[in-house]
Amino acid sequence: MLDLFIEFFRQLAEDYPRWNFVFFHDERQWNRLLSGFYYTVWLSVACLIFSVVIGVAGAWLQGSPSRLVRSVVQGYIQFFRNTPPFVQLLFFYFALGQFTPTITAADGWTVEPIISNVGWAIVSLSFFAGAFNVEIFRAGIEAVPESTKEAASSLGFSRLQTYTEVVLPLAFRVCLPALNNNLVNLVKTTTQAIGIAVPELLYQCVGIWNDYPSALYPTMLVLFLLFILLVGVLVYSMHRWERAMRIPGYGG
Amino acid sequence: MNTTQWTPDQPIVSMRDVHKSFGNLEVLKGISLDVRKGEVICIIGPSGSGKSTLIRCINALNDIQGGSIKVEGQEVHDKNLDKLELRQKVGMVFQQYNLFPHKTALENVMMAPVKVLKEPKDEVQERALKLLKKVRLDGKEHSYPGELSGGQQQRVAIARSLAMRPDIMLFDEVTAALDPETVKEVLITIKELAQEGMTCILVTHEMGFAREIADHIYFTDRGVIVEHGPPSTFFKNATDPRTQEFLSQIL
Ligand SMILES: Nc1ncnc2c1ncn2[C@@H]1O[C@H](COP(=O)(O)OP(=O)(O)OP(=O)(O)O)[C@@H](O)[C@H]1O
Ligand SMILES: [Mg+2]
Repeated sequence: MLDLFIEFFRQLAEDYPRWNFVFFHDERQWNRLLSGFYYTVWLSVACLIFSVVIGVAGAWLQGSPSRLVRSVVQGYIQFFRNTPPFVQLLFFYFALGQFTPTITAADGWTVEPIISNVGWAIVSLSFFAGAFNVEIFRAGIEAVPESTKEAASSLGFSRLQTYTEVVLPLAFRVCLPALNNNLVNLVKTTTQAIGIAVPELLYQCVGIWNDYPSALYPTMLVLFLLFILLVGVLVYSMHRWERAMRIPGYGG
Repeated sequence: MNTTQWTPDQPIVSMRDVHKSFGNLEVLKGISLDVRKGEVICIIGPSGSGKSTLIRCINALNDIQGGSIKVEGQEVHDKNLDKLELRQKVGMVFQQYNLFPHKTALENVMMAPVKVLKEPKDEVQERALKLLKKVRLDGKEHSYPGELSGGQQQRVAIARSLAMRPDIMLFDEVTAALDPETVKEVLITIKELAQEGMTCILVTHEMGFAREIADHIYFTDRGVIVEHGPPSTFFKNATDPRTQEFLSQIL
């Protein structure tokens, strides 16, 4: 069965030289594609988690009584929202990367930075998406009525307890659609990590079509399809989550 | 903090010359009143006279600019006050119920004892079920607030406050958002509570109810207490023209 599959694409490449699905009949290219896909998934998941954490924490800090704290958060949002994410990535890697400590690698004599290019990609993309998440969560938090928070205070909840037990669970439900959009964007933006040579999906695909110009169209096609798949899975799970969180008799 | 000095024969709530402003607007202009343990007092007065503000100062939801408020001998507006302790002692029920919409009736009642007082869950659950039964909501334990009527929600809110085992309950126009039929079921719940000896401070527009359950009635207008007394004399012998006018409109 698998042999038939491989044979079919080998034949296709011979008959139509522009349609060389090289990764379907060359195992090394297949592994390249696969490893790129894994990297992209792992990059996306890590950035999704960190950016949501940043969003929640930032929205909490925005309600801080300290003006200084609020200005720092505001400055962070403005910076990351108003500059191109690609430039941010380069800045993190090339500018900040110089100042981070280095460690001796496993081989005993090469020196590596403590934060690798993958690490910087995660940091940079998380902060980028996190800035939008702060705004998204803030909108959700503002939708929670003051009187509901007051009821929590009157029962002895501290500010933090009110936030985690009452405000966040309600705010989450309000902001899920907006969060959904931002996370979809984040997954697509991970391709920019190619700029600092993170071997994610786009990086591997470019590698493949540079080595096999006849594989240009097929690789692009597969690249699109894989992203549609990835984003589809994300959107589907977010919708499932949204449904599971729906409260009977509350909201739409 | 010194609570040892307070004994139950002293007022459980004592307000002295309380002043409260929102910016330039002075809302409370020297309020003094005493509530004894087990007493039920009603605060009545025209809209905007400062009734809500007054009772919200008692559990420090509002701060004050002058005077003193003591709950069980403890100054409420002391900077070093343990707010948690105060709020455990003083329960509050609001006009708009303010239940947590993402929690069932039972979870609403259990949340504060479990999360705030860190009491064991099974113990709290047993107590919560009893309280829901007491407010006649057995069978509705697992309904969400959005699935309950206004009157039912308000009774959940009362049970939620009682779950903290407060010594004093504040009620701020708790029937004002309800339709006439459901008003009664909430009032019955409050009445039972009062009869069991709970100290209650109520803001209400239900004059008949106030007359029936209050030990003492306070009439406020524009931030001052104009007149007060036990219902028997208050309703008959109101002397101040402002009180007379208010009563003539409402009765
Ligand atoms: N948070 C606030 N900020 C500014 N002004 C306020 C605030 N809360 C209340 N006020 C003002 O204080 C005054 C008294 O309000 P309060 O809510 O205590 O009146 P009330 O007697 O409870 O009236 P009602 O019967 O309508 O509930 C009003 O003029 C109101 O506009
Ligand atoms: Mg009021």
